[in-house]
Amino acid sequence: MSEEQNSVSDILEDNTYKYGFTTDVESETFAKGLNEEVVRAISKKKNEPKFMLDFRLKAFEKWKTMTAPEWPNVHYPPIDFQDISYYSAPKQKKVLDSLDEVDPEVMRTFEKLGIPLDEQKKLANVAVDAVFDSVSVATTHKKKLMEVGIIFCSISEALQEYPELIEEYLGTVVPVGDNYYAALNSAVFTDGSFVYIPPDTISPMEISTYFRINTEETGQFERTLIICAENSYVSYLEGCTAPQFDTNQLHAAVVELVTLDNAEIKYSTVQNWYAGDKETGKGGIYNFVTKRGKCQGDNSKISWTQVETGSAITWKYPSCLLLGDNTTGEFYSVALTNGHMQADTGTKMIHIGKNTRSSIISKGISADYSSNSYRGQVKVGKNATNARNYSQCDSMLVGDKSSAHTFPYIETANNSVQVEHEAATSKISEDQLFYFESRGISRENAIEAVISGFCKEVFKQLPMEFAVEAQKLLTLKLEDSVG
Amino acid sequence: MLEIKDLYAGVDGTEIIKGISLSVKKGEIHAVMGPNGSGKSTLAKILSGHPAYEAMSGEILFDGKNLLDMDAEERSLAGIFMGFQYPVEVPGVNNAEFLRMAHNARRVKAGEEEIDPLDFDDLLSEKMKTLGMEKKYKERNLNDGFSGGEKKKNEILQMAILEPQLSILDETDSGLDIDALRVVSEGVNKLRNENNALILITHYQRLLDYINPDFVHVLSSGKIVKSGDKSLALELESQGYDWVTTVN
Repeated sequence: MSEEQNSVSDILEDNTYKYGFTTDVESETFAKGLNEEVVRAISKKKNEPKFMLDFRLKAFEKWKTMTAPEWPNVHYPPIDFQDISYYSAPKQKKVLDSLDEVDPEVMRTFEKLGIPLDEQKKLANVAVDAVFDSVSVATTHKKKLMEVGIIFCSISEALQEYPELIEEYLGTVVPVGDNYYAALNSAVFTDGSFVYIPPDTISPMEISTYFRINTEETGQFERTLIICAENSYVSYLEGCTAPQFDTNQLHAAVVELVTLDNAEIKYSTVQNWYAGDKETGKGGIYNFVTKRGKCQGDNSKISWTQVETGSAITWKYPSCLLLGDNTTGEFYSVALTNGHMQADTGTKMIHIGKNTRSSIISKGISADYSSNSYRGQVKVGKNATNARNYSQCDSMLVGDKSSAHTFPYIETANNSVQVEHEAATSKISEDQLFYFESRGISRENAIEAVISGFCKEVFKQLPMEFAVEAQKLLTLKLEDSVG
Repeated sequence: MLEIKDLYAGVDGTEIIKGISLSVKKGEIHAVMGPNGSGKSTLAKILSGHPAYEAMSGEILFDGKNLLDMDAEERSLAGIFMGFQYPVEVPGVNNAEFLRMAHNARRVKAGEEEIDPLDFDDLLSEKMKTLGMEKKYKERNLNDGFSGGEKKKNEILQMAILEPQLSILDETDSGLDIDALRVVSEGVNKLRNENNALILITHYQRLLDYINPDFVHVLSSGKIVKSGDKSLALELESQGYDWVTTVN
């Protein structure tokens, strides 16, 4: 039967990474290497207020004393942080008055990725911040959002226009010394998105950031900060792609979310960074990301949904700090690994307030030689009376060379809590596929149906536009190699 | 419609079927009976195109086409339906959606447009009404958590949707209580007409109390040792398989 099983993983293969092209644009790139001067230079380049420089320097000092985490279930040679450039920006006129001034090559790149930015073609119901290498190149629908008081801009711009908001919130969810990669990001981040939803406001459209790594030896360190004030709501989307290189690129982002009383943030990601060569495992993105939300106000809610389909290595735990009473944290995840990909991903739900609720639905699919780990922590503090958690972690194996692991950690310091954990492992079996085929349904459609059935609970959490994209992405990964 | 000529077949290089010939015409019902290990299930698997089973020699023609050259998907699209003895469970895939996929695969093959979920629901409701099946068959996932009887009923529902020319029902009566057996066989009887044919593979005679076969064949050690009409089945019932297997 081993031949049969191989053919299942053949179908899961993604031989052609369709986002693997590079764009030839003139860019300004710092020489490789990292020291205090580089940190100061980034801050100066961006004309930042002093508090920001101090923040960076503090993070850099901290980072120097730290070591890279070794506990994740992933393996890679040590990264030479002196062999990376920490700033790369497409060269352009100093101030952009309109999108016409963005390098047309960059505009075309985003259009090719399905993210048209110009006024005529831009997506009607989604506001987009496009980040190319280290810099935000365009933000759409800004005016329309501003009419209801929503601030949506690059974090560089926010540092100029709204420094007081940044100073108040930046680093309050992920402190500068939180972990090795978060400290590095805090020292050298170059851009990212900033969103502020004022009180009593429901965002009239989806807000999104699209990240594109273009340069070969540049690290991408973006920083996202979203604040949702009292009684407000926003749904935020994030998408990522990168060209195909033989070397590994480092992507170490930090995302911080804050909800005040009765506010809700829904944060969705479809991650499709280049995963490296399928056969040799050469190249691909190291996706080492810290994402955390703080439900600061009572009755507030943060919901993370992620569809992880790319990157050579993923190390990522979108988490919720449930500080306020009656707050809710949710984590819905699909992680597909194939080729030689390694993923160690999951979440942390920290219950601090009373009557806090969290739910975790994780679906891991591993094919070929890949390794897929779920790692999740549920921690309930002593004052978190009546806290509840439900976790469900399912794995699906394709073929017999891949592996799936589950590492749940549960800690409770209060005995009124209810914590439930369920886990299941399944296989796409030849018998299932034969059953479909004997009803006249092709093998390819059968695999697609089984996989999307397996991921259904997560997909239905995605906003419509993204659900379609995620579905398409998985199908693409399946389709490309059907004979 | 179906012509099996001197077929030798087996699994993993072991020959189980040792020279079977059988001819099935439109409108006919054939019952293939036999003790455990006689080759009944192998015959069903080889007809359905299961990849683990292979024909060593002989041929199978379906409407003049060489069936052994076709994979399971092609056989299904050509009009063959296999009612499985142990239908597999597929969690996460909605039963109605699965039926729609199967139905649409046929429509695409015939050059017709795919049917949308709403129109399909009308078609499905109608078929379910005819078969006297409850709504839960639409709502649940494919065979997921179904009892043995529910799985068999679901096979008959699929048969009703696909409208095959030739259905092979492998041990459809096994594991059914008397009520489920009645529902299943009434369903089969409703679906038969002068243009389709049926092969019933069964160990016991009791299914034939409900579905009336035109021919009964007794299989033993990979060969058909006796053929006759329905009275053969009754005789088997009273005398046991030893009667025919020792005659041989």
